[in-house]
Amino acid sequence: MFQKRLFPGGIHPHKGVNGKAVTGVKPIVDAPAPARVVIPMGQHIGAPAKPVVKKGDLVKVGQLIGEANGFVSANVHASVSGKVAAVQNCVLANGMESVAVVIDNDFQDEWVELTPAEKPEHLNGEQLVEIVRNAGIVGMGGAGFPTAVKLKVDTAKSAPDYLIINGSECEPYLTADHRLMVENPDKIIDGIRIVMLALNIKEAIIGVENNKPDAIEALRAAATENIKVMALPVRYPEGGEKQLVYATTRRKVPTGGLPLAVGCVVVNVGTIFAIDEAVRLGKPLVSRITSVGGLVNEPGNYRVRIGATVEQLLDACGGLQDGAVKLLSGGPMMGAAISRTDIPVTKATSGIIALGKEAVEPEESPCIRCGRCMRACPMNLAPAKIDAAMRMDNYEAAEKVGAMNCIECGCCTFVCPAKRSLTQSCRTAKKVINTRRKQAAAKKEG
Amino acid sequence: MQKLAVTSSPHLRAKASTRSIMLDVCIALIPAGVAGCYWFGLRAALLIALCVGTCVASEWLYQVITKQKVTVGDFSAVVTGLLLAYNLPANAPWWIAVIGSFLAIVLVKQIFGGLGCNFMNPTLAARAILFISWGTIMASYPVASGNFVADAATGATALATINGGSVGNVTILNQFIGNCGGVLGETCKAAILLGGIYLLLRGVISWHIPVSFIATAFICYLIKDGAEIALLQVLSGGMLLGAFFMATDYVTSPVTNAGKIIFGIGCGFFLFVIRAFASYPEGCSFAILFMNVVAPLIDKLCAPKAFGEVKKHG
Repeated sequence: MFQKRLFPGGIHPHKGVNGKAVTGVKPIVDAPAPARVVIPMGQHIGAPAKPVVKKGDLVKVGQLIGEANGFVSANVHASVSGKVAAVQNCVLANGMESVAVVIDNDFQDEWVELTPAEKPEHLNGEQLVEIVRNAGIVGMGGAGFPTAVKLKVDTAKSAPDYLIINGSECEPYLTADHRLMVENPDKIIDGIRIVMLALNIKEAIIGVENNKPDAIEALRAAATENIKVMALPVRYPEGGEKQLVYATTRRKVPTGGLPLAVGCVVVNVGTIFAIDEAVRLGKPLVSRITSVGGLVNEPGNYRVRIGATVEQLLDACGGLQDGAVKLLSGGPMMGAAISRTDIPVTKATSGIIALGKEAVEPEESPCIRCGRCMRACPMNLAPAKIDAAMRMDNYEAAEKVGAMNCIECGCCTFVCPAKRSLTQSCRTAKKVINTRRKQAAAKKEG
Repeated sequence: MQKLAVTSSPHLRAKASTRSIMLDVCIALIPAGVAGCYWFGLRAALLIALCVGTCVASEWLYQVITKQKVTVGDFSAVVTGLLLAYNLPANAPWWIAVIGSFLAIVLVKQIFGGLGCNFMNPTLAARAILFISWGTIMASYPVASGNFVADAATGATALATINGGSVGNVTILNQFIGNCGGVLGETCKAAILLGGIYLLLRGVISWHIPVSFIATAFICYLIKDGAEIALLQVLSGGMLLGAFFMATDYVTSPVTNAGKIIFGIGCGFFLFVIRAFASYPEGCSFAILFMNVVAPLIDKLCAPKAFGEVKKHG
């Protein structure tokens, strides 16, 4: 109750729903390779990749099938070997459509020739960014921001002070990062060292919530000099970028700014693992660890090929249990509810979680001004005020009370005793305000 | 496969609801109600039942007539009813309870938009109207007799005595256990503190308003009349009931912690001013009502700064 807080606000969403206990102890297993994969070109934040294969082409595992289209974009690679069945639209977890390359698996698992980096310890920043970019690595914590963009720092001008590794995995039910840290601590530490050397960063901090003592222990045993493993108090959203930077370094990322503004580069453990594989083995990102939890018959942590559908993954886990009413891509706090199971697993799919009637949207009642949303907000905002402004379509007022700073963590909606969807109001506010800003900018230009 | 529901995240919700919060307040009010019945007889229970019943019925009726969703199930009207009863002298006639309850719910709460929209505490606003309209009834306090029986006699309250600056026959113990004159729910400070502590432990209220409220009033009296009178002042009249149960009303108090402290200080200060210098012996209700009106301004003054808004390195 009086545990020290390392960032403002926050909540404890684990009470009574500790899905982590179920899958946290389950070793990572390979999900069976699907007969057909649907690999979207738009799995990341930024411009979708441009398909570079066409129907009928034969592809190998790791072969480039989509080329990054611009600076903020990412390459996409084949996750199985076989024949391209189609290049067509598919629906993603967020409900948006994306062009996807559909590949029929020939089950030969024939890889393209991999070219590991020659001297991993002597890469410079540019070379590292090049490798990461070629490997199509994006933020694997859930946001899917192209990692190459994040790592592009001008080290000659000023090297960042800290490399911060996000191993907090603060969402309920998700245990993919947890298992990765327990099972592959050496690779994670190795990946951290490679990034530190290339970007000339002197100190790294791995932040892990203290409900994963086995992961903390494993990482500490593997850690080398200048890599600190920090046990953080359990408090959602510990893994929010700004919250994590503050918790580990006491530096506040300025509003509207990036962690780099305070000398920090933040990378998720899953992403670091992918970087290590790309540098050491030359492997592009073709699979990821996904937790399957909640009301499924065999919950666990699976190594899934990118492009496998949710349906295939659920089949591998014995299917849904009775009483499952909601299926999520991602965790229960920030994940998207999906209505169909033909949606592909992407680079950012940290979990597939089935929830029962506790996840049914409750009926809302009037705001009683209790202030719980303000106390829970890790960005120190007043969600109820943003919500009130949005209900009157007053976007200016919403912007004035700081809607653009919202990180959409869901804490306000979680705590609201009147069961109002405050986070959704903030999300809508951000979208509309952004669109308006773009329109205003376009008007100015043209 | 079953049909999958799609809603926006988050997909989990905390257990606390408006109803559970209001129920917690009701539970916290039980000790003070029982103490009221003990000191002033079972007529107190009748008034409590009448107030709660009228509040709930008025809310239901208003919502049915205006074709709104009926929300009496959220227990907020029950809280209003309990608090209004606690603010009546135990010998008040039944129609005072009925009129007061109706005013609190319909005039102060529903006409301004219902739960969450009223700008004054319904209980206190209704009490103020009753006080001004039927001053003799509202200001004649029965003598506490104990053992759940009523005493027909009425007498001066402790406040009337100590406001003059002398202790007289007022003792700290009697004030604490409720063996003194006053409205039916305010006299037993032990019961009020018990309820207040329950609310604090349950996280329904925070310490900011009660502590700053009581501390401010205490310090003001400490300077004016010394420690003994200051303590007796805290234990007299409606200060504790007001500080724990009415000033902390979510709807009519500021939401930020800094705002709550300013609000509490204001309540304590104006209570002191009214008790010490105005013609009313009791200033709690009016002090809180006054601060209710300025609460939106305080909120504006104390608007939180977004995390990272002040650029800072290290």
